[in-house]
Amino acid sequence: MTEIFSQLFFTIGGVLSDLMSSNFGFVLILLGQGLLMAVFLLLSAYFLIYADRKVWAAVQLRRGPNVVGAFGLLQSGADMLKLVFKEIVVPAGSDKFVFFLAPVVSFVMAILAWAVVPLNEGWQLSNINVAILYVFAISSLEVYGIIMGGWASNSKYPFLGSLRSAAQMISYEVSIGLVIIGVIISTGSMNFGAIVAAQDTDYGIFGWYWLPHLPMLFLFFISALAETNRPPFDLPEAESELVAGFQVEYSSTPFLLFMAGELIAVFLMCALTSLLFFGGWLSPIPALPDGVFWMILKMGFFFFIFAMIKAITPRYRYDQLMRLGWKVFLPFSLAWVVFVAFLAKFEVFGSFYARYLIGG
Amino acid sequence: MGAEVFAFYLFALSTITGGLFTVLSRNPVHSVLWLILSFLSSAGLFILLGAEFVAMLLIIVYVGAVAVLFLFVVMMLDVDFASLKAEMSKYLPLGLLIVVILLMELAMGLAVWVPADGAQAARDAPTPIEFHNTAALGLLLYDKYFLLFQLAGLILLVAMIGAIVLTLRHRKDVKRQDILVQIYRDPDKSLSLKNVKPGQGL
Repeated sequence: MTEIFSQLFFTIGGVLSDLMSSNFGFVLILLGQGLLMAVFLLLSAYFLIYADRKVWAAVQLRRGPNVVGAFGLLQSGADMLKLVFKEIVVPAGSDKFVFFLAPVVSFVMAILAWAVVPLNEGWQLSNINVAILYVFAISSLEVYGIIMGGWASNSKYPFLGSLRSAAQMISYEVSIGLVIIGVIISTGSMNFGAIVAAQDTDYGIFGWYWLPHLPMLFLFFISALAETNRPPFDLPEAESELVAGFQVEYSSTPFLLFMAGELIAVFLMCALTSLLFFGGWLSPIPALPDGVFWMILKMGFFFFIFAMIKAITPRYRYDQLMRLGWKVFLPFSLAWVVFVAFLAKFEVFGSFYARYLIGG
Repeated sequence: MGAEVFAFYLFALSTITGGLFTVLSRNPVHSVLWLILSFLSSAGLFILLGAEFVAMLLIIVYVGAVAVLFLFVVMMLDVDFASLKAEMSKYLPLGLLIVVILLMELAMGLAVWVPADGAQAARDAPTPIEFHNTAALGLLLYDKYFLLFQLAGLILLVAMIGAIVLTLRHRKDVKRQDILVQIYRDPDKSLSLKNVKPGQGL
């Protein structure tokens, strides 16, 4: 009896391994991994909305969502269902195809960028050489969702909102790019694995890039706020001026897609901050093991800061926002790139800036 | 048909479709969107060639910045599209003439095209895996052709400064905000507190 079973298992195992090594199996595995990532992102988006609202409520001495489910945990699900079952209103005279393309672009681009983001050593869908450039390229495409949505709505408020946000996102992309260049110069590679490996020194938390690139950490984080249209830079949807910016005409599922895309983009920025400046999955104390939970912990911490900033800062004025981007952040980050290039090339502080020396 | 061949035909087809509809589309905004599709598909073609750095640059520079500016301008245009449609038939012969000239030039060029000695061998040679094309491009641009690259950059800088100088107009009758003055403003010097007695005023 046992022999028959073991024979059966052996045959099934053989068939499975044959299948998995074939082209079809490769596609299946890739599809499974992609699904796993998407499920992870959607689940985290679900709980991030909840966390965002709870933090916001705590700052304002309220309770936040606490009715639906235990501690209000099901509130996000209830909101999602509510949005899905609402009527989709299409404004008259709108460009229908572009109108519905916009939220899809916004959502798909937010998810697409995660294809190269590792959560642990080797835990990524695709390990490419130009990973960081890929993330930068995809996040620069997110602006299209907003521009197309604002234009296709055939309405003044969304249009003004989309013009504002296009200018804003492009302005802050420039300084994000320059900050990233500084990190790339230090590492000598654009691969996330290499960037994290370069931060893996004997000093634990003091070996990470936040120390050598300290001013750039703040610059990156503020630019990330502006890039993802989070408060205090949420001018595209400034309620007091533009009703809801580019989202005015959107209802039901398209609105949900916009909202989820925005949240996943915020989460991406949290992941980028932990990978570029806080050692990704490395543990802060050398004695403790590295692992995926460090990465999740760091991402959660940065999302907490995102939520706190949303709760405690007043909204920026638009002209001051552009001034900050072009006249303060851009020259500063440009000077920093030259500075880091100098320090790394001539190894001024040994391997403090030139991590490629120690085989990162 | 392998996956790479399939991907090539997919990208090539969508590049051509995007280019065609950029020209044929009635609405200028749709034209720009088709142009973006064309850019993205060409980036896919670059990736198939193994030039991932160039592909990413194409997306960042052209799709992420240039096409956004196109879209920006085109969206804000207030043009009567019906009159534009009528113009199309008027300019069709001229357009066709340009197409014929371009095709003839291509044909003449391709007819006398002789591959250099060793070109085929260089193409057949496997790309070294350890040598990333980002590093290879960097070595070419910043080491081998350093002067030419910097001169090209200088020309762009001169063009940029020229454009700014030509359009910069400093208006004196506009109130400007000086952030530093505002930050360093001393409350003691700009405010004075007075104790106002009821019924007496100041």
